Amino acid sequence: MAATYEPIATTTLGSSQSSVTFSSISGSYTDLIAVFNGSNDGTTQYFLQVGNGSIDTGSNYSTTVLDGNGSSAASGRYTNDTVGIRADYYATGGGNKKMSIFQLNNYSNSTTYKTVLVRSALPATEVVATVGLWRSTSAINIVRFTCTSGYYETGSTFTLYGIKAA
Amino acid sequence: MATTYTLIDKTEVGSGGTSSITFTSIPTTYTDLLVKLSLRGNDNSRVATWINITFNGSSSNRSWKRVYGTGSAALSESDTTMRLGSVNANASTSNTFGNAELYIPNYLSSNYKSASGDGVAETNATATQLDLNANLWSNTAAINEITFAPGDGTGWLQYSSAYLYGIKNS
Repeated sequence: MAATYEPIATTTLGSSQSSVTFSSISGSYTDLIAVFNGSNDGTTQYFLQVGNGSIDTGSNYSTTVLDGNGSSAASGRYTNDTVGIRADYYATGGGNKKMSIFQLNNYSNSTTYKTVLVRSALPATEVVATVGLWRSTSAINIVRFTCTSGYYETGSTFTLYGIKAA
Repeated sequence: MATTYTLIDKTEVGSGGTSSITFTSIPTTYTDLLVKLSLRGNDNSRVATWINITFNGSSSNRSWKRVYGTGSAALSESDTTMRLGSVNANASTSNTFGNAELYIPNYLSSNYKSASGDGVAETNATATQLDLNANLWSNTAAINEITFAPGDGTGWLQYSSAYLYGIKNS
């Protein structure tokens, strides 16, 4: 049987970092899955930025968020965003073990804008589903996990997988 | 390049049903775990039931939050347990099984364990549920056993199934 779900790259932080980048991503897959599990050291939100050759920090991102904080549900909308595709809704403190799964479907086509689905579990604070859009027809070959302030703590893991349709 | 996403174990519930589904002796050769479930609980009075989750038989140091839609409202709640939303119970439309999925990253880690999951109890009626769930087991032990039990009723009906996959990051 053909391999269809393959690890591309992984990083486990040996020290705190403000961002983690995976570059030179092959275009040989159909979809990408990016998985984050860890924590931040300060009150921060975190994001996934993408690009072709370099990370796009222009106002080309938009995100719709559905959030539950344990007592109420909320939805937020961000347009012409520069920070990237949002994985959470509230800025949360350190020690909160978080995880997010980003699905970047049809990431390497050069015809359409790119949609990203995100599911995040921040059990101490919130559960989140988001959909993000990167308004570019360029293939995605670089991704960066980043946050508004503070750092990803030591031991946080970041992994990128490729999925082939055939 | 190495292949990941490997079936570790499966349970397909036979005649008579089962009180719970448990995966034991989970190997330590993977990075993450993924469970895909198709379930129908045996509670004849309810459309939907919880999936209660237990790691390593432990019912302590757990927390859970969900955001969910009922078809008419979006709501959120939390508890000191671990759950995977809702799937169909036996008052729902016949022959309908609820789908659910649970992703557990770094299940061997010495950090606390986060888990993200979705569940749905679809039925041909006005009220139903779609759940997005965040779970935390505040325990540093590696996960070697996972149990799924219904929150209402006494078990899962025949034709329920659960598949456990291992995912390697290298």
